[in-house]
Amino acid sequence: MTRMKSIGAAFAAVLLSSVAAHAGDVRIMWYSDGNEGEVVKDLLSRFSKANPDVNVILDEVSYTVVKEQLPVQLEAGQGPDIARVANLKAPAQHWLDLRPYLTDAKYWDDNFGAQADWMRPDGSNAITGFMTQLTLTGGFANKTLFDQAGVEIPGPKATWDDWAAAAKKVADSQKVFAMAIDRSGHRVSGPNISYGANYIATDGKPAPLDQGAKDFLSRFVKWNEDGIVNKDVWVSAAGSTYRAASDDFINGGLAYYYSGSWQIPGFAQKIGDSFDWVMAGSPCGSVACSGMQGGAGLVAIKYTKNPKDVAKVMDYLASADVQKEFAERSLFIPAHKGVAAGQVDFKTDNPHVKAALKAFVEAAGQTAAPAVKLPGWKWSDAYYSAIVARISQVIAGEMKLDDAYARIDEDIKAKVGGN
Amino acid sequence: MAEKTVYSEPLVKTGLRQALLAPVRLAMGLVDIPMRGWQKLTGLNGMAGVFLAPNMLIFTVFVLLPLVINFLYSTTSGSAIFLPNRTYVGADQYRILFDCGSYLDPSTCAADTFWAAVRNTAVFVVFQVTVMLIAALATALILNRELSNRGFWRAVFFFPVLLSPVVVGLIWKWILQREGLLNYALSPFGFEPFSWLSDRFWAFFFAVFVSVWAHMGFYALILLAGLQAIPRDLYEAAAMDSARPTRIFRRITLPLLMPNLIVVLVLALIRAVQIFDEVFVLTGGGPGTSTMYITQYIYETGFASSLRNPGLASAASILMGIVLVILTLVQLGVSSRNEKKGARQ
Repeated sequence: MTRMKSIGAAFAAVLLSSVAAHAGDVRIMWYSDGNEGEVVKDLLSRFSKANPDVNVILDEVSYTVVKEQLPVQLEAGQGPDIARVANLKAPAQHWLDLRPYLTDAKYWDDNFGAQADWMRPDGSNAITGFMTQLTLTGGFANKTLFDQAGVEIPGPKATWDDWAAAAKKVADSQKVFAMAIDRSGHRVSGPNISYGANYIATDGKPAPLDQGAKDFLSRFVKWNEDGIVNKDVWVSAAGSTYRAASDDFINGGLAYYYSGSWQIPGFAQKIGDSFDWVMAGSPCGSVACSGMQGGAGLVAIKYTKNPKDVAKVMDYLASADVQKEFAERSLFIPAHKGVAAGQVDFKTDNPHVKAALKAFVEAAGQTAAPAVKLPGWKWSDAYYSAIVARISQVIAGEMKLDDAYARIDEDIKAKVGGN
Repeated sequence: MAEKTVYSEPLVKTGLRQALLAPVRLAMGLVDIPMRGWQKLTGLNGMAGVFLAPNMLIFTVFVLLPLVINFLYSTTSGSAIFLPNRTYVGADQYRILFDCGSYLDPSTCAADTFWAAVRNTAVFVVFQVTVMLIAALATALILNRELSNRGFWRAVFFFPVLLSPVVVGLIWKWILQREGLLNYALSPFGFEPFSWLSDRFWAFFFAVFVSVWAHMGFYALILLAGLQAIPRDLYEAAAMDSARPTRIFRRITLPLLMPNLIVVLVLALIRAVQIFDEVFVLTGGGPGTSTMYITQYIYETGFASSLRNPGLASAASILMGIVLVILTLVQLGVSSRNEKKGARQ
């Protein structure tokens, strides 16, 4: 009998210890563009020392995992406790309202309030997370290639056509590709808007693809056909799979690369002093010279079993000191209002990085109104996906441009109808 | 006088062995009592049911139930995962898939990428299976000869089968990309760097080539086993009759290898219809949708795209399942016909 009691006690202890081990677990799904994974790991290790009762687990994954697998987990009512995501609005019903758990919700409203609506259901005042950084799309020019080709880098008011012409001259002279734009609907939306595109109809639902978008997309397809844009980037996958052309730029194979401010840390690390590069703003269309706002947000997931611990971790990561250090070390434009208003001392000796960050901050002032609305619009990702999938088919020679426009509208209509 | 069978004494007959076997014997005895009772009640067929039950349970939970759930999914719409949260739409997803002006022209279909994927898969299956059969047969014939280091060569051809399809895709992607090994190897001959995987023809060519490279060893092994089972004396007799090698191949090798060839054909067909992993890594389905096959369409539609539609993906997978069932039935039919034929001979 005594033996049976001992076995029972041991069994109960194992059960209890396993429950205890999970009580304070906070699992974070995190992807990185540059070195921010290392930075956040370091910051979290300090949190863990000060809060031994909370076990923070950082799962570093690729962006594709966040884009493709997290939504499925969320739809099944599962997932990590916190996730770093770029698609903030469409899955907002899965984010946890941290407001009741935060020590000072006003601090959050004051410092992250400007982008809070990007990551909460329409009409809600929930605090679901914060932006780890603000980003803006824009172009990067390989200054060394332009200099070697004897071509002047186009000025701040240069149009997309000006850039295409200049980059073509560099490409012909230096035997590289002239331009590349990431395979992403978000990336081509800045140029679309610069030509007058507006995706949002008066009822808040997606509008049909308008002339502004068609003006840029037709140019883009033509540049692909003419070999001005590196065709490989957009035809190297089917569907809406994301592809960046950053490696081509880093390897010195591109004169002009249109991507965004999040590439800066990666360029700082990988290009080093191999060649000179500059951030060249967003080229102008017929209406504006606008990039696309955006960024990645760290959001709490509704299905967490430990909302209090999640809020504790989020409170720590959102604190001004941590935000300042994170921005300075990861070379990101801070989203924290107080930090952004103060002195941000980016930890780099690389003059290109400092100049690029300054240029992106200046370019942010030129963002056109539709580009400001899109990050907080539920259907933006559906719009982006349809553009990428169909325009890729045109570039690959499978479809005529007019058919692609019609298909984009049909794809988006089907998505809206199905939800 | 009948030969007397001699049973040898067990080599080890120790107390330890007896001790170890005792609980097993006890357990068997305990099981034996209800088993005998059950057998008395149900006869032999009932006993078969008892032994099949665990397997059937696993089959039901992991195969049959998901199949039924998948079918139920195909009658719903929306992006929710839980079935009760999804909207019942009846056969609408199937109607979308079959809403076509002409099935030969995917652009006239509501689900144009589905029909593009179906067409791509059909073309891929025809080319890949044909090339696979020829290559596997040729390899098996070569490896069946008296080569020096024959074991080594057999291992060389079988090695790619051991690789993960993702690794296969990555290796060939590195070789075929613009800054890859192939362009580097061709550059001394004056070839300009070429994006092999961005060209529709070459992307298809390499999708076929890489999948044949990756799986040929397996099929060659099956054919090699078949070749080695052909009696040597048939070849010796043919040689004595001064038969030409082509005639020997047509009259002896091919007919006797036919059962193996049919197995290889059906297995290769099923595998080709299911093609996904290595081609997905290699080309991503591009350029455009030219190497997007039906499995990738299901994956993209159900999981990867922001325009995700699990209902449509389920309907497509049910249709693909029907094709695979037909192919499997063909295999079973052909196998049983061969067995009967073999028994008659």
